[in-house]
Amino acid sequence: MSLMKVEERDLVIIGGGPAGLAAAVSAWEAGCRDILLVERDRILGGILNQCIHDGFGLHTFNEALSGPEYAARYIEKLGQTGVEVREQTMVLRLGEDRVLQLASRGSYSAVRARAVILAMGCRERPRGAISIPGTRPSGVFTAGAAQHLMNLENIMVGNRVCILGSGDIGLIMARRMTLEGASVAGVFEILPYSSGLPRNIQQCLNDYDIPLHLSTTVQKIHGSRRLEGVTVAQVGPDRSPLEGTERYIPCDTLLLSVGLIPENELSRDASIPLDARTNGPQVDSRFMTRVPGIFACGNVLHVHDLVDYVSQEAEEAGRHAAAWAGASESSCEGTLPVLPGEGVRYTLPQKIAPSRSTVLSLRVTAPCRNRSVVVRGEGRVIARKSLVRLHPAEMIRIPLEAKSLSGVSQLEVALG
Amino acid sequence: MNLRELTCVVCPNGCPLAITCSNDDPPRVLSVEGHLCPRGIRWAKQEVEAPERTIASSILVTGGEMPLASVRTDRSIPLKKIPEVMEAIRTLVLPAPLALGEVVLKDPAGTECCIIVTRAVASAKVSREEVA
Repeated sequence: MSLMKVEERDLVIIGGGPAGLAAAVSAWEAGCRDILLVERDRILGGILNQCIHDGFGLHTFNEALSGPEYAARYIEKLGQTGVEVREQTMVLRLGEDRVLQLASRGSYSAVRARAVILAMGCRERPRGAISIPGTRPSGVFTAGAAQHLMNLENIMVGNRVCILGSGDIGLIMARRMTLEGASVAGVFEILPYSSGLPRNIQQCLNDYDIPLHLSTTVQKIHGSRRLEGVTVAQVGPDRSPLEGTERYIPCDTLLLSVGLIPENELSRDASIPLDARTNGPQVDSRFMTRVPGIFACGNVLHVHDLVDYVSQEAEEAGRHAAAWAGASESSCEGTLPVLPGEGVRYTLPQKIAPSRSTVLSLRVTAPCRNRSVVVRGEGRVIARKSLVRLHPAEMIRIPLEAKSLSGVSQLEVALG
Repeated sequence: MNLRELTCVVCPNGCPLAITCSNDDPPRVLSVEGHLCPRGIRWAKQEVEAPERTIASSILVTGGEMPLASVRTDRSIPLKKIPEVMEAIRTLVLPAPLALGEVVLKDPAGTECCIIVTRAVASAKVSREEVA
């Protein structure tokens, strides 16, 4: 290692999905002229490549684009910059000193960056993480893996399908598999409410008469080589199965749509403190982590429901990373902690600079209607947003004005 | 008369609508409750009387760097036409290269929509057979 030549760069961005793409373009536009974007796949675009359904870009472009089209808009913009892109290259390690170890086919290199943007995205929670008892046959896929196989590799994953979890990817796949000739027996959701968008419940399930069973889970998986069926059962308020409600459903495929996990192995290596609520790095108003010069945005920071918000967040992170790389700053700003209160699952950024206007992102813990989200500091109301519909699946954003924060030492965000 | 309960998807408010409709085929909307704005009534009428959807799929590509190109309708089409449109999309096999936005099918099932390519697929540098 010590003998190896270390390449010096102003800014290295890890990941070429929606967050990395938007961050790279915005850092370039902010004046940074030495940017390296590292992507481990063959092509840029990340998860957008397999999301062939439409509905992307309603906020950004005022159009309902498919995932690949949304990605193509940013890839085109990136092509007009001088950002260097290295595909099929993986970051093996990131140090607190912002030295990255890169591996690509047949080569290995090291880069020291003045600033780094983490944009690694997230991955799906697999079967092992939810501990479903039973055998280990083939035919159990995460919804996103099945989506990749069908939409990019032209491989049909099964004929008779059950789906556990009512996240949007599961709902989208229920429709996709139905349209490709499979029969979807049902979607089973352990919670008493769906975690998907209402429009997806209507357009992916109701349109095709696919039943959604709430407060129901898959209790057992059957089959020796290939999946033969699942036992489902209703659950009580404590989410444990209710005796006597078990039923067997024959199927050859089980799709899991049971949550996403920000992919932070590199962040942990670099000793970046994470937030137990978001499973992503703790950041300040500039999206800088607690390690100076390392920024984070997109799904590696917290899981988003809309790609438009990922792009906006990444543009902010890109601008601040460019400023950091171009200056000789060395301090972490942001002394004002923001804490989630009653009814709020998390808020982000975890610390903000009172001198900057900041947009808070947050999620509620349970669905409700006609409530306000209230931001309080030193006993006074700093900001308030009244909403007709509040749902854990839908991120809420509240802008805070710098001038409203003077004299405040801590903020709490709660339902009012 | 029939009562249908739908969640309005026009805006993030997601109003829970209770829609009374006639027994005709297609049904007619007689009354709407639960909406916060007039858009809810318009949406309910459209959704009950003549529901429309966009749809996405993929088509087979020969000689391309990828086996599939994703496609979608360029506007919404009647919901009940979706099976026929999917059938028409399924029969398509096109040679690479395909450009983003290229029209690969016009007026499938008489819907007056175009099926457009949503991912450019370049020609393969080496054919897949040679690699195998």
